[in-house]
Formats: sequence, structure tokens, C-alpha cells
Amino acid sequence: MDSAKVLDVKGLACPMPIVKTRKVIGELDSGQVLEIEIHATDKGAKNDLAAWAASGGHELIQHEEEHGVLKFWIKKG
Amino acid sequence: MDGNSNWDRKLIFFFEFENTIGGSKVTINVMTSGEVTKKVYNREELFILDVRNQSDFQDWKIEGANFSYLNIPYFELLDGVEEILGEIPADKNILVTCAKEGSSVMVAEMLSEAGLNVFYLEGGMKAWSEHLEPVKIADLTDGGQIYQFVRIGKGCLSYMVVSNGEAALIDATRMTDVYIDFAKRIGATIKHVFDTHLHADHISGGRSIAQKTGATYWLPPKDATEVTFKYSPLEDGNDVSIGHTTIQIQALYSPGHTIGSTSFVVDQKFLLSGDILFVDSIGRPDLAGKAEDWVSDLRETLYSRYKELSGELIVLPAHFMIIDELNEDGSVSEKLGTLFEKNHGLNIADESKFRSLVTENLPPQPNAYQEIRETNMGKINPDIDKQREMEIGPNRCAVR
Repeated sequence: MDSAKVLDVKGLACPMPIVKTRKVIGELDSGQVLEIEIHATDKGAKNDLAAWAASGGHELIQHEEEHGVLKFWIKKG
Repeated sequence: MDGNSNWDRKLIFFFEFENTIGGSKVTINVMTSGEVTKKVYNREELFILDVRNQSDFQDWKIEGANFSYLNIPYFELLDGVEEILGEIPADKNILVTCAKEGSSVMVAEMLSEAGLNVFYLEGGMKAWSEHLEPVKIADLTDGGQIYQFVRIGKGCLSYMVVSNGEAALIDATRMTDVYIDFAKRIGATIKHVFDTHLHADHISGGRSIAQKTGATYWLPPKDATEVTFKYSPLEDGNDVSIGHTTIQIQALYSPGHTIGSTSFVVDQKFLLSGDILFVDSIGRPDLAGKAEDWVSDLRETLYSRYKELSGELIVLPAHFMIIDELNEDGSVSEKLGTLFEKNHGLNIADESKFRSLVTENLPPQPNAYQEIRETNMGKINPDIDKQREMEIGPNRCAVR
């Protein structure tokens, strides 16, 4: 996946994963893709990121889990 | 959105708040799970602003007879709370809740800055799920006591029977320190720890408490065929006494929720019914995957075995489903005779109707119930964060 930027929010407590994601995505152009890494066990951040992306008009284009890390690719709306 | 938004300012404040608790200029009030529990018991009013995402809120929330709610996810409030100020009543206590606390502190802070007097829930829904409220049910013969530990956020009930400095625990949760500290405070030594069955909705603390205190851990062998640890087999007719005045704890085989489910008659006055019979519902037979096989057992337990017991026995179940089941003092109990009159699940004369009630249209199964069963068997050993996550949400062990 070709992403404009990679953001690591592993280990951050709520609300920081979304706060940081929101800030970084604000710096991207519409259509660019941001890759976000969270701990796969952090179910809260996982659900919230998906819900936040949907409510903000961004597109969650893919996610995959590898070695306990969950990667999201969000396309800026 | 400009770079120097209102939000950035709040965020900076939020960080400062995190670093200088006590030195903060704006007052943020904290409410503990224990204080919320008192409001539930006293049927007080409380306005809950729940800032978790909508699906989490719809799945499970803090219930109270006179609580009202607004659910706005915190990530929709990052630019400020101005838009929701009109929806927050001025004449009620306001409690902001989230999953683990962080987001509710942030939102409570923003509301405080906007001039409101608000509380956030200490530890969030995580703490709410783990809170145990001990309630004394009664004095027993010759000076003993029986206590019910109400896990108010999740609807789990566990018990401590005490006599002459000795205690027995039934269906203890994984918050083991609460029981151990409580026993210490009342000067009792925990001698016996029982699980009425292999639980599927919450992680048992039984084995761990037995290890820490040297108590005997009892499990019904028919539920324990796959467990990886040693236990004492709990069988019909087992009679355990605690204290030298012999408070009797008599085991009664009562299958149906699981094949091994066992009830207890304590002091000839109390029927600890496990997950077989609740105040306003009955157990479901499907959580170990064998609904069809176990319907007949469930029927026989409820309609024959329990029917033969004295109607004067006080039923003390292992769960409640809805907040209406709480008595005024916060306890959950009812006379067996009254349940035979009023509990719908005990009044279905037609066996095929009973069969369809308990096998069709069942509520969703509890979160992670297979993993919870495996944990209780000792097959997997998830860390504490994983255990919390597995237990998130309401219990769903009953059918109404």
C-alpha cells in the first residue's frame, strides 16, 4: 500500500490515537493515504478509528494484522 | 480547520492537566464507581454523557432507574463542546464516561471551561465493570453472616458465607483482592472456594483465591473434564461445614445451564442457584454448545428438583439482568415460592413451548465466551488487559 505518511500510535491512551491521527490527516491532501499502526489488542482504538474515519468522511481502505500490530490505511476524504 | 484551533488550545490544557493534577485552575470533579453505585441504589437522578462510540454504548452502558443519557463519541467533540451544551441539563448531576477515563477527562475539562459543573467516572467503564459492592444479606444461625458481592456494572453476583472466623466463597470474580481484603477486615479465613459451574460470561477468581489463601477449590467434575489444574470434585450431597457451629453448605446437582451446574443450600435457608434460576429469568442452556441436549436437564432441575425444595428458601442467583431486579438495599434475592408464582420461566406448562423458549431466539452470546471458558479451564492465560477486554459488555446468561 502506497501511503503518504506512517503514524505510530502504539501504546498511546485514548483519546491520543485519534487526536494524533486527526492532526496528521489534516496535513495531507484529499485522496492521500495515511498508514496508522496500533497494538492489535487495543480494541478500543480499533473501533474508534473506524468510527471516526466514517464520521469524518474518510475512507478506511484496508487493515491488516501482523505480529500483534494492526495497520490501518485511511484515505483522506 | 485552521492550525491553531480551539482544539489545540484544549489539547495543550489537557496535557497540562495530566501533568499537574491538583494544580489545575479549573475544577474537575471525579466520581468513583462506588459513588455511582450508591446513586443506582438510591434511585437518584444522574445525567450521563457517554463519549464512547455508538456501538459500544448501545451494547452496554451504566444503568440506573432515574439515569438519563446522551451518547456523543469523544472524537466528535475535538473541536469543542459548544454544539452539545444545549442538550445538557442544568439541574442534574452530570457524569462524563468513556472506556478507560482519558477521553472523559478531556470532555469534562472542556465542559468545565464552558462553565458547567461536571464529573468524570474514575477509571471509566473498565472500573465500572470491575466494581464489586458487598451487601449483607442476613445473619445466619449462631452468629454467621452471608454477604452478596454485587458486580453492578456486569450483573454478576458472588457470595461469602462466614461463620466463627471461617469463610466460604461462591462464584468469586477475578477481582480476588476484594474478597481477600474483605475477609481480612471481618477477621475470617477463607477455607473453601466454590464455583457453581464453569462460567462462560466472566473469568472466575476461584482458583487464584484458593492458591493465595490455601483454601480448597471445588468445581463440578462434569464441567471440569478439560481443566488443566487440580480441584476438589463438587458432587450432589457434598456437605461442607465452616466454623465450629457448622454452617451447612449442601451441594445440589442441578444441571441445565451446564451439565455440571450445582446449587447450594446454605444454612437450610438460602438457595444459591448459580446460573440456573434468576429473579426475573432462567438460565440458558446453550453456552457450552449443547442447547438441545440440555433442555431436558434444565426443565427437570427447575420443574422437579427445585419444586421439591421449600418455598421458603431465599434464592440467591449468580446474576441479575436488569436493574429492576435489585432490592432497595441493592441486594438481589427472592423467595423460591414467589419465583414459582411470578417467574415466567417457571410457569410454562407446555414442555415444547419451554423447549423453544430456551433454544430459539436467544440473546447474543456473551462477549468472548469461548475464550472465557478456556481461561476458566486453565487452557489459556491471558494477561489482565486481555481479561478485561474479554469481559467487556453485559452478561447474557439468561432467557426471559
